[in-house]
Amino acid sequence: MGTNLIETHELTKNYHVGGQVVHALRQVSLDIRAGEFVAVMGPSGSGKSTFMNLLGCLDGPTSGRYVLDGQDVSNLSGDALAKIRNAKIGFVFQGFNLLPRTSALENVELPLLYTGRHARERSQQAQAKLVAVGLADRADHHPSQLSGGQQQRVAIARALVNDPVLILADEPTGNLDTRTSVEVMAILQDLNRQGITVVLVTHEADISGFANRVITFRDGRVLKDDTAARPLDAREVLTTLPVEEDEDA
Amino acid sequence: MNALASARIAVRALRVNKLRSVLTMLGIIIGVAAVIAMVSVGSGAQARIAEQIQSLGSNMLVVLSGSINQGGVRIGAGSQLTITEEDAWAIQREVAGVHAAAPAMRGGGQVVWGNLNWSTTIQGVTPEFFEARDWPVVAGQPFSQEAVDGATKVALLGQTVARNLFADQDPVGQVIRIKKVPFTVVGVLDKKGQTTWGQDQDDLIVVPLSTAKRKLLGVSQANARSVNSISVRVRDDADIKEAEIETRELLRQRHRLQPYQDDDFSIRNLAELAEAQEASSRVMTILLAAVASVSLFVGGIGIMNIMLVSVTERTREIGLRMAVGARGRDILAQFLVEALTLSMIGGVIGVVVGIIASYTIPYFAGWRTLISAEAILIAFAFAAAVGIFFGFYPARKAAQLNPIEALRYE
Repeated sequence: MGTNLIETHELTKNYHVGGQVVHALRQVSLDIRAGEFVAVMGPSGSGKSTFMNLLGCLDGPTSGRYVLDGQDVSNLSGDALAKIRNAKIGFVFQGFNLLPRTSALENVELPLLYTGRHARERSQQAQAKLVAVGLADRADHHPSQLSGGQQQRVAIARALVNDPVLILADEPTGNLDTRTSVEVMAILQDLNRQGITVVLVTHEADISGFANRVITFRDGRVLKDDTAARPLDAREVLTTLPVEEDEDA
Repeated sequence: MNALASARIAVRALRVNKLRSVLTMLGIIIGVAAVIAMVSVGSGAQARIAEQIQSLGSNMLVVLSGSINQGGVRIGAGSQLTITEEDAWAIQREVAGVHAAAPAMRGGGQVVWGNLNWSTTIQGVTPEFFEARDWPVVAGQPFSQEAVDGATKVALLGQTVARNLFADQDPVGQVIRIKKVPFTVVGVLDKKGQTTWGQDQDDLIVVPLSTAKRKLLGVSQANARSVNSISVRVRDDADIKEAEIETRELLRQRHRLQPYQDDDFSIRNLAELAEAQEASSRVMTILLAAVASVSLFVGGIGIMNIMLVSVTERTREIGLRMAVGARGRDILAQFLVEALTLSMIGGVIGVVVGIIASYTIPYFAGWRTLISAEAILIAFAFAAAVGIFFGFYPARKAAQLNPIEALRYE
């Protein structure tokens, strides 16, 4: 595979809670190559969320270095981090985080609002991504009119709209049933095959089975870092699952 | 993000809670409407006073026969005729900046025409009167100096007298009886309106000074040249204060008053009187506007309150926007535009309500109103400023949220 998309060097994050220092992340050094599909696992308090927040440029490290796509982002200002999030990272959340009373198309457009692109260009790009996740006909539906799986696909289209190099998914299947979960994983695997690096947080072993690398955190350190020789193919798994009432159809 | 897109997002956000938005706007609507209506009431009053000043003749001094001191006994103003026609001519000749000085003798009397009669004021004047009072004749002709010299029995009617005696007919050429003496009406004076103290200036008859003295007012031979008052019109470019001082000195000199003696006449600066009234009505206007602005201010607090609620409610949205690349200033702008949109829509509606109120107040209260573009602009700008001022704190609060915590907010 390609060069390193993510390099962390002794990445450390401490929080001060009520006068006490909490070591959320202790000198984590690891590399993720472009094109990898990584699952991050670990119990709560293991530091995996902190690690994801740092990878997502939502927060800066206490010490250590983080190089994303060849750029050291460890000590950037808030505005510079916002720009990097906008241009390089797509977020998928457990709770979808779609804006209510706003059409799917406009939800997908949201990141483009902060790029200074023209309205027409924005909606064309957003429409293209909705097509990519198979929701072309739901562009003007509001989130409340969509199923959970459809909502998460809208969220994935939103994450894709700026053509990011990295997709960070925080328990993207946490609110979904098994079949819908696998469908979402299939989309993520498709994107990964197209060259987008995917890092997802999960605590379900089933889900981590779709990744080609599983990193397990404990007490702010990397406990295990396993590479799967043959990860599960979500498309194949889908054929083995009983077809229930297909809500997405 | 451009301004238009921001405004659209703001309008959408406000439409989500329609009732709440409308109630919040109501504060601004009432505030703006109140400012506009109150200022229009104040301006109406000011305009009325300004017109009265105009009707008095701007730059007018009136010299009245004053109190005299006879062996320690003071006699009230006007009870003794201490000024004369010659004083008037002297003022006209010698005081710098005087345009015209007109002596006048006044009295009351019954006027009869046909089977109608009317009680009015009779003014005996010289032709300078029309100049001095800046009072044109609208029908017929003013009388000349010859009429005064010959004590001709001619009369000019004020609008009120003409209306009461003649209604729609043309009075010119008709013969009326003033105190049983027949007079030919030679003209009608233009409308002057009320004085600042509510006196109808058009309720009068003007006759030649000599005629008035001999035929109507019964002046004794001892002071045949005396008059009640002298109207002095000062040229527009001259200093009226200066003219007043010079007139006083001239009259003291002519009346041979010693330095220890009081004036035996009084000088009224009418414009000054009216200006004092105008000043007080201006203070009133400012006061009304100030009270009205308080409600605008309270409306602004309503905006701040609702924006704070809105920021809290939409914490996750703010976190999401930050995660996908919104900078603090984008979030600040979004909420500021929202507050501004609230206050500007409220401002527009308030302007409309204020204008409607300004048009209806005269029907209900009988006051005159004058809508000023200035007041509308200021009220609207003030509403926008209130929106920005009270929207800033909630917007900054939103902009300073931590994206991680905001995303996790339940």
